[in-house]
Amino acid sequence: MAILTPGATAPADVTDTDTGSRSRGSARRGNAGRDGGRKIGSHVLLIILVIYFITPLWWLTVAATKDTAGLFTGSGGPLWFDSEFNLFNNIAGLFEHQGGIYWRWLGNSFFYALSGGVGATILAVLAGYGFAKYRFRGRNAFFSVLLGAVMVPMTALVIPTFVLLSNMGLVNTIWAVILPSLLSPFGVYLMRVYTQDAVPDELLDAARVDGAGELRTFFQVSLPLLRPAIVTVLLLSVVGTWNNFFLPLAVLSDPNLLPVTVGLNNWQALSNAGAGGEQVWNLIVTGAFVSVLPLIIAFLSLQKYWQGGLSLGALK
Amino acid sequence: MALTEAAPKPAPNPAVARPARRPRTQIDRMDRKRQRWGWLFVAPFAIVFVTFLVAPLGYAFWMSMQTSTLATGTSFTWFANYGKAFTDPIFLEGLGRVASFALIMIPAQMLVALVAALVLDNLSTALSKFSRLMIFVPYAIPVVIGALMWGFLYSPRFGPATDIFGLVGLTAPDFLSQGTIFASLVNIVTWQWAGYYMIIIYAALRGIDPAIYEAARLDGANGRQIALRVKVPMISSSMVMVLIFALIGTLQFFTEPQVLRAVAQGAIPVSYTPNMYAYSLAFSYSQFNYASAISFALGIVVFAGSYLFLFLTRKQSGLK
Repeated sequence: MAILTPGATAPADVTDTDTGSRSRGSARRGNAGRDGGRKIGSHVLLIILVIYFITPLWWLTVAATKDTAGLFTGSGGPLWFDSEFNLFNNIAGLFEHQGGIYWRWLGNSFFYALSGGVGATILAVLAGYGFAKYRFRGRNAFFSVLLGAVMVPMTALVIPTFVLLSNMGLVNTIWAVILPSLLSPFGVYLMRVYTQDAVPDELLDAARVDGAGELRTFFQVSLPLLRPAIVTVLLLSVVGTWNNFFLPLAVLSDPNLLPVTVGLNNWQALSNAGAGGEQVWNLIVTGAFVSVLPLIIAFLSLQKYWQGGLSLGALK
Repeated sequence: MALTEAAPKPAPNPAVARPARRPRTQIDRMDRKRQRWGWLFVAPFAIVFVTFLVAPLGYAFWMSMQTSTLATGTSFTWFANYGKAFTDPIFLEGLGRVASFALIMIPAQMLVALVAALVLDNLSTALSKFSRLMIFVPYAIPVVIGALMWGFLYSPRFGPATDIFGLVGLTAPDFLSQGTIFASLVNIVTWQWAGYYMIIIYAALRGIDPAIYEAARLDGANGRQIALRVKVPMISSSMVMVLIFALIGTLQFFTEPQVLRAVAQGAIPVSYTPNMYAYSLAFSYSQFNYASAISFALGIVVFAGSYLFLFLTRKQSGLK
């Protein structure tokens, strides 16, 4: 039962005497036994939402176990398994079709997402720290421009970036994808907002008084305090690069350099065009299934890091 | 700069709270030298910012001022391309289309996200934790894969719609026809993003001090009133942020219609959205000058639109 103590700004769990360790959600319901009916209603609503959000993934999982014929005329219908289980045949098919190029695409996606994501995060952490903790000439002007840049649609930059890169001779190289991915104005904004509160100036001054240089202060004093925000920015930029479609579609034409998103889209376009031997529906479906697993696993296992972090920007 | 030792938390300026014993000029000089480190920290980002944002924008603007024809080569034509763009029925139709997507799609996503977040905030059962994850999971799916998946689900050949509608004795609608493609796209985007917005709103709700709810309840407010009159106003800055994300994303709509085009050729023309138009101008017709003008014009519309929106909601968002 939650009791309002004087000075009720104390953390919620202090006033929560019925379960002790539970969050305030349970404390609040302690005195509200009457709305059991509403609770059932809420759960029904949740179940409907979950069914909506999960059905496409369920379909994908089931469809990945079918061969092409099974996809069209499976005995169990589209949302249930066919009589034959072909997942491993399909995965073997991914190794054979066009010399196993699918795995190369998947590898490219990993490589682009990690290098672009890590690079963007490093730049954002450094710049956010610089903006938050130093008062250099031009700081406010630059930061205002940066805030404006958050609102520039990144896709509007794709075509001009393509032309610039082609003048530099970088089109159709890995750099054409990685270098533009390093740009993350929103990441810098998040890091600045977070650094401002998480790293007290007194601490920096104390480190300086003890004789630590600026770099040492940054690496040994500030960086450990910034970890939650770093994980969030890293996650956001890795997901952003992993998801990217327009940029690689525009700047890459060599099939060996494509990320898995563009590659699968090409297969789908070919299959729909209906060219005889190019109809590889089962491989597209299985390829899509395999390619979503890493990120789903990453999100489920890194829950405690991103759940608080994704809202950072709003808590300014 | 003022040297005050009193202020216990000198907001943005790390240099203020230093003991003011030494002569002022010496401190100032040391201090100014140290502040230069700020540039060193910002420099790597600044280089990328200039190379991949300022330069492409500037270059796009420069290209958009030129016109290239086979007969006369490239000539400087000032704003002729913009005049052409803003009277080009294809571009204007695309702009109108993304505007109507924004009007339908953003409220749809916000509503799903807000309802889910409010429900989840009131529960702490195992089912609610599970639901929170499942509603969020589509965010982890690349947009292309999401669109491909829905393309299969919509397709009369692969999808379950025929069976599901058959159960209740109806014939399934064609989700990929000209009349239905709009709603089909709205559904894909809502499915993909509502969970992400839900997490942002949910985190904001968890940040509210529960004592406020107790106070409202003592005043006789019921659950719904607390949700609508207390919770929603208190998370308005998160809502504004979500809206801005959604607005910027919607106006540059590209991936979903581009992917669905392969299965719904008749319903989605190459110029369905301004971005698709610019893409096909550049890569199918090699009209890079005009494509740059379209990209730049779209950029201006998005920028002005989101700026206007931020201005109109400055009270709710707390931004000044």
